[in-house]
Amino acid sequence: MSLVPSVSGTPAAMPTAPDVPHEQLRTVPMRHRGRWAAAAVALVAGGGTLWSLAKNPNLDWPTVGAYLFHETVFSGLVTTLWLTAAAMAIGLAGGTVVAVLRLSANPVLSTLAGLFVWFFRSTPILVQIIFWGFLGALYPNLMLGIPFTDITFYSASTSAVITPTVAALLALGLNEVAYAAEIIRGGIQSIDPGQAEAAHSLGMKPGLTLRRVVLPQAMRVIVPPMGNETVTMLKTTALVSVIAGHDLMSNIQDVYAQNYKVIPLLVVAALWYLLLVSLLSVPQGWLERRYGRGSASAAGPSALRRLLTVRAARPGGPRTHTRIRKGNKA
Amino acid sequence: MTAPMVVAQGVTKRFGSVEVLKGIDLTVARGEVCCLLGPSGSGKSTFLRCVNHLERVDGGSITVDGERIGYRRRGDLLHELAEREIAVQRRDIGMVFQRFNLFPHMTALENVTEAPVRVRRLSRAAAREQAHALLDRVGLGDRAGHYPAQLSGGQQQRVAIARALAMEPKLMLFDEPTSALDPELVGEVLDVMRGLAADGMTMIVVTHEVGFAREVADTAVFMDGGVVVEAGAPRDVLDRPGQDRTRSFLAKVL
Ligand SMILES: Nc1ncnc2c1ncn2[C@@H]1O[C@H](COP(=O)(O)OP(=O)(O)OP(=O)(O)O)[C@@H](O)[C@H]1O
Ligand SMILES: [Mg+2]
Repeated sequence: MSLVPSVSGTPAAMPTAPDVPHEQLRTVPMRHRGRWAAAAVALVAGGGTLWSLAKNPNLDWPTVGAYLFHETVFSGLVTTLWLTAAAMAIGLAGGTVVAVLRLSANPVLSTLAGLFVWFFRSTPILVQIIFWGFLGALYPNLMLGIPFTDITFYSASTSAVITPTVAALLALGLNEVAYAAEIIRGGIQSIDPGQAEAAHSLGMKPGLTLRRVVLPQAMRVIVPPMGNETVTMLKTTALVSVIAGHDLMSNIQDVYAQNYKVIPLLVVAALWYLLLVSLLSVPQGWLERRYGRGSASAAGPSALRRLLTVRAARPGGPRTHTRIRKGNKA
Repeated sequence: MTAPMVVAQGVTKRFGSVEVLKGIDLTVARGEVCCLLGPSGSGKSTFLRCVNHLERVDGGSITVDGERIGYRRRGDLLHELAEREIAVQRRDIGMVFQRFNLFPHMTALENVTEAPVRVRRLSRAAAREQAHALLDRVGLGDRAGHYPAQLSGGQQQRVAIARALAMEPKLMLFDEPTSALDPELVGEVLDVMRGLAADGMTMIVVTHEVGFAREVADTAVFMDGGVVVEAGAPRDVLDRPGQDRTRSFLAKVL
């Protein structure tokens, strides 16, 4: 082959230089010099920060260590955990009801549900927590009876019924109902109406259709934002410290109010919140896989598994299908 | 003579200000296969959906096996039934949709067993046994564990037919069951429907498959603009249509 430059400048004229057969040409991946530079900067900056923290006497690591597993911290941790779980349970159950009411054909119910969501989403959660905490200032006594009559079944002083814990639960739970309702409504509305029609044509009643056909599919849309909500809730429980809710943050504040070791105790709190939030991603991933059954993205790994199963089963042959069935359910 | 399976009298239906059905009269005998043909927008789907009350009729009446669908008569008034009463009526009326509408989060087997277990209160074991038999019948005995996303269109539609049959309906409604299918998959679905017809199932089939209608239907009904233009034996309606509108429609589809 000659190296005479061609006038038209076609690719053929590019100097392929010492004649090497095409199949022997090697490729070299692009060099990501930017990544190395960024990593170096991050390493220096991050390392510097950690170093300054580790050496900072005000951080007082021994105190952090002393309180990390302290009894008070633990009992606060337990409160934070069950408060989060209970508020999310209230939110999920109530939110489903409110979402269904909002979507109902009954204009009264759907308007009421809309008002509920509007009210609880439009006022700061801090205001709601304090409001429930000081409910006694509004209604000194709570009674259960028939309105506009003297008939009373039950009566008690507000402060006896609405303890700080109950107030915290009411505030967080009702607030979560409003947010969960919107997420669940979005999930339900994302499902093709043909699904409900198919269920109805089989004689399934509306409740059964919702439970067995619409909600399980809507869960794919609902789980990720609800995971987010749970993370937010776990951290929002810290706000109940304003009404002495005995959660992790309340107890931490109690401790540093006495010993003035504010920074180390805040580090204890931060470490625990970090750990708990990190652990939450485990059940979320599990739920996402559980409700992704049958979807195109869930078909991915099962397709791979099918390939492997077919390979493995080739000598045996006919049992492939049962194996696929088991694989899909796993 | 036995009573007819479906009797529609003067059925009207409007969406807002548009009258989509303008007085449909139609009788389908037991074991009869009735094919509904007509141009797009003529109201075929709407009429079919009125038969199992997925759409509520505005006037006239539809009875299936002698029972008025969706309403109860008191004096001169028809009161709409509650959802759960309508659900009971729908158990006996199977429906197959153009877009299949299989439940994507359930396997083929679970799709077929769901309603028998939850609605007919069949035991899980009995429902599974029945479902396997039905999947065999539609040629999908080996696909029971597959999710809809893992099946071809033709296979999905056959599962949908099995799912409807699992409720042991007296009447089957098909709304263009092959229109969403690739041409080479149409045959397998029509074969299943042929088998059903041969077994004596009463069927109302909205279709553009004139060949299928000619071969399988006992009655062909041509609809246009919300009215029945012409109805009768397929060889009359499809081969020697009496109306110009039928003729020009057939000229276009054939
Ligand atoms: N839910 C609805 N709201 C408003 N208009 C509707 C609704 N459903 C159907 N229509 C209208 O009613 C008319 C009849 O529709 P229908 O679906 O019954 O026609 P079709 O004969 O089945 O047509 P095709 O062959 O395209 O399926 C159309 O003009 C359509 O736009
Ligand atoms: Mg249609």
